[in-house]
Amino acid sequence: MHDRDASPILSIRDLNVRFGRNAIAAISDVSFDIGRERVGIVGESGSGKSTTGRAIMRLLPPKAGVTAKKMAFCGEEILGKTERQMNRLRGKEMALIMQDPRYSLNPVLPIGKQIAESARLHLGLKSKEALKAARDMLVRVRISDPDRVMGQYPHQISGGMGQRVMIAMMLIARPKLVIADEPTSALDVSVRKDVLLLLDELVRENNSGLILISHDIRMVASFCDRIIVMYRGRIVEELTSSLDKAQHSYTRALIAAMPDARHPVRRLAVMDRQALDNFGERVA
Amino acid sequence: MIRVEKLDVAFGHGQSRHHVVREVSLSVSRGETLGIVGESGCGKSTLLRSLAGLERGWTGRIWFDGREVGTARGREELKLAQMVFQDPYGSLHPRHRIGTALAEPLRAMGYRDDQKRVLQALRQVGLPADFANRFPHELSGGQRQRVAIARALILSPPILLLDEPTSALDVSIQAEVLNLLADQREERTLTFVLVSHDLAVVAHMCDRVLVMKDGTFVDELTKDDLCSGVAHDSYARELFDASFL
Repeated sequence: MHDRDASPILSIRDLNVRFGRNAIAAISDVSFDIGRERVGIVGESGSGKSTTGRAIMRLLPPKAGVTAKKMAFCGEEILGKTERQMNRLRGKEMALIMQDPRYSLNPVLPIGKQIAESARLHLGLKSKEALKAARDMLVRVRISDPDRVMGQYPHQISGGMGQRVMIAMMLIARPKLVIADEPTSALDVSVRKDVLLLLDELVRENNSGLILISHDIRMVASFCDRIIVMYRGRIVEELTSSLDKAQHSYTRALIAAMPDARHPVRRLAVMDRQALDNFGERVA
Repeated sequence: MIRVEKLDVAFGHGQSRHHVVREVSLSVSRGETLGIVGESGCGKSTLLRSLAGLERGWTGRIWFDGREVGTARGREELKLAQMVFQDPYGSLHPRHRIGTALAEPLRAMGYRDDQKRVLQALRQVGLPADFANRFPHELSGGQRQRVAIARALILSPPILLLDEPTSALDVSIQAEVLNLLADQREERTLTFVLVSHDLAVVAHMCDRVLVMKDGTFVDELTKDDLCSGVAHDSYARELFDASFL
């Protein structure tokens, strides 16, 4: 086992994101720390979970107003960095894996070249070495015929394979922090598990931190050490143990709304949004 | 209510011929809900589209309510089964008002363009009557799926074919839509065929589940099997394990 570094990789205090002159903040007062662990961020569409991920990578459009009391990556403030400094961080120190490999891979470049590019850029390898590193990485993500896949284009491989290629590309530089934004939502159920286990294995091996962003609270619960639940741009609850311990009414409603084959109910519980909003106002 | 015998669908000719559904047979009794699960490309949607009459190239025999239907269908036959599609963003015409979209099946089937029936259909799915004047982009995903359900139910068909009706929705909205479907099923004694890749949704809604792989059914599971997590076929078991991480 690696010895665990106690200092957090990422530390965020009071992160706020506002788009344009919109009166409603997309994210308000979000604070958390990420160590060398696996943390899940769960919420419905519009809860601000993806925006949080993008704010960490500084990938939000210029019209988004991002402010924070503190947003430190390995002790360095991210918000003060120039675009050039950020480019050196992105991909090398922190990596983002997005939902659909069909959109995030370059459609006109062979797979091998795309992974090698990442190795050239971040590891400073020469082109031949980079291609070899790319091939080794494809073997690591359990692609059975790496030489054939190296020469293929993204449209020629399946979704599960595409996501493996994305993982290979993102983890080749051994980043300290991996942000996976719904990495398995576009995949079939049977492939989902393999991709998650693979991601877990590689992240553990590199001893890095992982933020898993998802709408599926049960999947996240079985996979992560800690769960952050977001609703309307705020963190409503942080769970460290099983889902049964959930305190906040939103988290409970979210769990109750999911059908469970093993515990069938006649009607699914429906969220009482009015009550939730009142509850939120009382807290705020 | 539904009986299918040796339904076979293939696309393409010669070398590029692709056999999608291979001689499947099934039957669903009145008021029952049958689930079909499988991965992408297993032929589950094609099977459902053949039942709905959207796919014309099938061979075999299909009976609805004791009456045999062919590939070309008349109004009376089309009225027996209606379909709800996966993507509520794609299945409503973006420049037609909700009222127009709901009246479309009435017009197509030769009824009078009856505003009263449209408003009643909206009310039945829990939407206010003034939604009839709105455009699809003014509705949320869950509201749009409610409209799609209202449109499928406006002809009072005895059979509803559901192709991944909630996979584009958030879990809390999914719960509302699934409850709505269950209520309508009870109220009108509807027969459902529900296609999904989400075993949890299928287990919640269905009395019986068929597991499909490469165009054939490899396993049949009852509600009790689903509750206790029993699967007879190795592929079905794999699918089970994968969905309960």
